[in-house]
Amino acid sequence: MAELRNYAAPRSLAEALQVLASGPATVLAGGTDLMPQSRSARVRFASTLLNIQGVAELRGVRRRDGAVEIGALTTIATLRDDPAVRNGAPVLWQACDHFASDQIRNAATIGGNICNASPAGDTLVPLLVLDASVVLASGGAAGILERRLPLSEFLTGPGRTARRPDELLVEVHIPVPASGWVDRYVKFGTRPALDISTIALAVGGTLLDGRLENARLALGAVAPTAIRAHDAERVLAEGPLDRARIDRVVDAADATIHPISDVRASDWYRRELVHNLLRRMLTDVCPN
Amino acid sequence: MSALIEIEFRLNGISRRVSVPLQMSALEMLRDMMGQHGTKYGCGEGECGACTISVDHRTVNSCLKFAVDCDGRDIQTIEGLAATPFGETLNRAMVEHGAVQCGFCTPGIMMQAQQVLTDNPDASRAQIQRGLEGNLCRCTGYRKILDAIEAAAHPSPAVD
Repeated sequence: MAELRNYAAPRSLAEALQVLASGPATVLAGGTDLMPQSRSARVRFASTLLNIQGVAELRGVRRRDGAVEIGALTTIATLRDDPAVRNGAPVLWQACDHFASDQIRNAATIGGNICNASPAGDTLVPLLVLDASVVLASGGAAGILERRLPLSEFLTGPGRTARRPDELLVEVHIPVPASGWVDRYVKFGTRPALDISTIALAVGGTLLDGRLENARLALGAVAPTAIRAHDAERVLAEGPLDRARIDRVVDAADATIHPISDVRASDWYRRELVHNLLRRMLTDVCPN
Repeated sequence: MSALIEIEFRLNGISRRVSVPLQMSALEMLRDMMGQHGTKYGCGEGECGACTISVDHRTVNSCLKFAVDCDGRDIQTIEGLAATPFGETLNRAMVEHGAVQCGFCTPGIMMQAQQVLTDNPDASRAQIQRGLEGNLCRCTGYRKILDAIEAAAHPSPAVD
């Protein structure tokens, strides 16, 4: 295992980016994933540990220009207690409320949950259904460059993202859904607390005359990343949400997912869960 | 040899300075370097809550916290809580209600109980239960623990 040699605890974003620009660094935010992963050698440290907890500008939730903007260092507990999240993004609020335990919510950050890129990451499915994007910053004292990526493009594999080594995820951007938007979220596990999802599902859209317009469907723990099910979304958008359409949506979702068998569930069981919970959610969101 | 980093923080109200290796957890620092043996090592991955401490007035799993990240913070362990009036009340309630058997989970439970009742002094039994979801006890079945925390939230006047 690589030996940590250097430590940096900057107080500003520009300083943090300068550290990242100068060589390989492992970013420390809440630490709730990094600590156990480094102990079990699932993550190798770079030579520098970059603790970004002191960068105050990366904390907090703002509502601006029809969007909820969340600083990457905002803890899950802060999100859970924030009215802008509860009112503007209720599926995200639900996921934060069901996230691990109080002690972990107090430490874990939204940026960390995203960059950890677990296929079962609790905030990812709600963020995908909300069409969230992430802001990545790079540069340093001479100037800060930012680029924005849809979350669906940021997540590239289990534990893998499109973040370059010199970049820091600084903000999560969630467009506030149009009026008439409805959504549902379900996380399935064996106990309510401290459980890694067996599967997670979220669906959202604008309900109009029995149709779910601009529908989005996201799934977790059934593919190498949390994913949007675009084929199923197209079926949803084609017409009224009756029993026949729900069957076709479920079929399309089934064709999109690639669940694995692991300690939490078999691939067969994960498919059963997706079929049954998706059917239940769609019936619930639009009772025809 | 891994680099040592000097940090300074408040531990139970007293300013402390210590040099820690970069990979060290706050739990290892507190137990092995600072004599805070009330904080327990249970699972080492945030599942059991036996290592719960308070950092800047929020409870966290000290096994998941990097010791270097304690720099500049205000940290309370069970040794600190036990010395407060509320800690004494809670301690007595835990004993009186038989909420302690092997005792391994007790410090973490008490730290988290303080958090729950600080956030909401009128917390219902269900809210206390929800607040303790990150703390495992393999002896008591939780009922006596909940009884004790409820009693500490609404202490009856002392009779002795």
